[in-house]
Amino acid sequence: MSTLALPLHARRGPSPLPGFGLSLGLGMAWLGVVVLLPLAALAVHAAGLGAEGWLRAIKDERVQASIKLSFGASLAAALVALVVGALVAWVLVRYRFPGRRLLDALVDLPFALPTAVAGIALTAIYAGNGWVGRITEPLGLKVAYTPVGIVVALVFVGLPFAVRTVQPVLEALGREQEEAAASLGASRLTTLRRVVLPELAPALLTGFSLAFARALGEFGSVIFIAGNLPYRTEIAPLLITIRLEESNIPGAVAIAALLLGMSFVCLLVINAVPLLFAHERRKQGRG
Amino acid sequence: MIPRPGPRPGLAARAALLLLALGVAWGASAKEPELLNVSYDPTREFYTDVNAAFTAQWRKDTGHGVKVRTSHGGSGKQARSVVDGLEADVVTLALAADIDTIAKQGLLPQNWQSRLPHNSAPYTSTIVFLVRKGNPKKIRDWNDLARDGVAVITPNPKTSGGARWNYLAAWAWASREYRDGAKVLDFLTRLFGNVPVLDTGARGSTTTFVERGIGDVLIAWENEALLTLASEQARGRYEIVVPSVSIRAEPPVALVDRNVDAHGTRAQAEAYLRFLYSPQGQRLAARHHFRPSEPDKVPAAERARFVQVTQVTIDGAFGGWAKAQAAHFADGGFFDRIYRPR
Repeated sequence: MSTLALPLHARRGPSPLPGFGLSLGLGMAWLGVVVLLPLAALAVHAAGLGAEGWLRAIKDERVQASIKLSFGASLAAALVALVVGALVAWVLVRYRFPGRRLLDALVDLPFALPTAVAGIALTAIYAGNGWVGRITEPLGLKVAYTPVGIVVALVFVGLPFAVRTVQPVLEALGREQEEAAASLGASRLTTLRRVVLPELAPALLTGFSLAFARALGEFGSVIFIAGNLPYRTEIAPLLITIRLEESNIPGAVAIAALLLGMSFVCLLVINAVPLLFAHERRKQGRG
Repeated sequence: MIPRPGPRPGLAARAALLLLALGVAWGASAKEPELLNVSYDPTREFYTDVNAAFTAQWRKDTGHGVKVRTSHGGSGKQARSVVDGLEADVVTLALAADIDTIAKQGLLPQNWQSRLPHNSAPYTSTIVFLVRKGNPKKIRDWNDLARDGVAVITPNPKTSGGARWNYLAAWAWASREYRDGAKVLDFLTRLFGNVPVLDTGARGSTTTFVERGIGDVLIAWENEALLTLASEQARGRYEIVVPSVSIRAEPPVALVDRNVDAHGTRAQAEAYLRFLYSPQGQRLAARHHFRPSEPDKVPAAERARFVQVTQVTIDGAFGGWAKAQAAHFADGGFFDRIYRPR
């Protein structure tokens, strides 16, 4: 790092913000040890399987069912978290009401709560004899021990991500622009569609992708409410754990690598969308 | 990096602190020998009592102190932790297969199960049904569990040692009843088709059945069933049904040679395991609803809670754990086959 940093200093003179080399070095070293090293180990293990062994492990119907469930439920949960999260952020930023600060603090609670505790609490509430389950089950909506319950748990852990990414952007947006739009005769809906949403879009997408990524890997809160029936309510992270407990490490690695690869592609796509937006708008601006 | 002039006052202090920490660690390890017993879930209460009784006995016999700590969790997970470096002096798990996993890594010899009496199982249990008071679904035997409209609670055999005993007990009954491989598979398929929730461990299933009120019957270890019956919140709400055929569940114990040699605790660990076979150990097991392996060491009055039941053994009916594990629970085994989507 020093060889890299010194010439930079030599060319530009002392930076007004010193410590670039040191902080970059430390940051990269930590990132390497904490994030990249485990991922590299996973990649090495997966490579050791060979393409054929990997495909065989992935072709298993039970693996496919669990991957489908994990992605489907995570997608649904991220969408719900996005809509509800945006709404909560809107209420927190735009209105003043008693208890607002408390609500604001409450939003972060799922971050701090051990997920297993959340899972047990959610199950107790949504099971057939719980507060909510008692009402919904006679109406034909079973929540606990069904995919619906999985989505509920995933919304719970994903919601703070959506709220906390949208909130600062809304705060920065200010209401002047909306007032200007209104004074120019725009309806409430037009203002939302033409003024507010375009500004919020990048934050909404970030919140969505964070909630989605979190949901994919979520384990503790889900396994209690899911019921864990193979092919029906068994999430991919649980199947990875099951393979590990069978001492079937290659099987576990194969699923983990698939999950990781697919979520990486999803995140890439989600991150590419704003670029497309920007491109479209530039074209429109020129035309 | 750019060298910066000036003293680094924190360094000396930190070095001193590190030395102090090392010293404390050294002092602690030199003080009193410690045993770590890595066990499974439903033995919590039992080993609390065993540890206290053994510590007192050891002090009386040798004049030295010994401290025993116990770690609990799902049996398979506990075995993995020991393989991954949890320094257990003894393991007391739900299945011989889990200790075999550890033996395969060379932490103890492959023939560990012949080193102690009764297949290294100082206490046993069996698989019974827990049903709601009055037995509203009229559940008498295994065939009732595969009936339409009966909801069965059992944990996942892939993650729970207890659930493997449940599954094998059902299999043992079915193979006596049907004597035909396809019919046995069909029976187990229908039975597991009746399972609405597949928890990851035995305690989770008990919670699902007792607290959430899900299901008509819980397949359980006899000791868990008796413990549930005796618990405050469940009193008078459940009853035990004993099936015509069950399995002799043998949770084995073993010394982890590599770890006791590293810790210098072989004498204490051996005495600890032998203590389980002593009259006092056997009585404690009975008190915690485990069937003592040497029943004549326990007064008849304390054995009364264990009813007579026809039991098959894992060695007799399945040819040992290694075979049962490979045929039923390995990836692509019978359990995977009965759990196909419909």
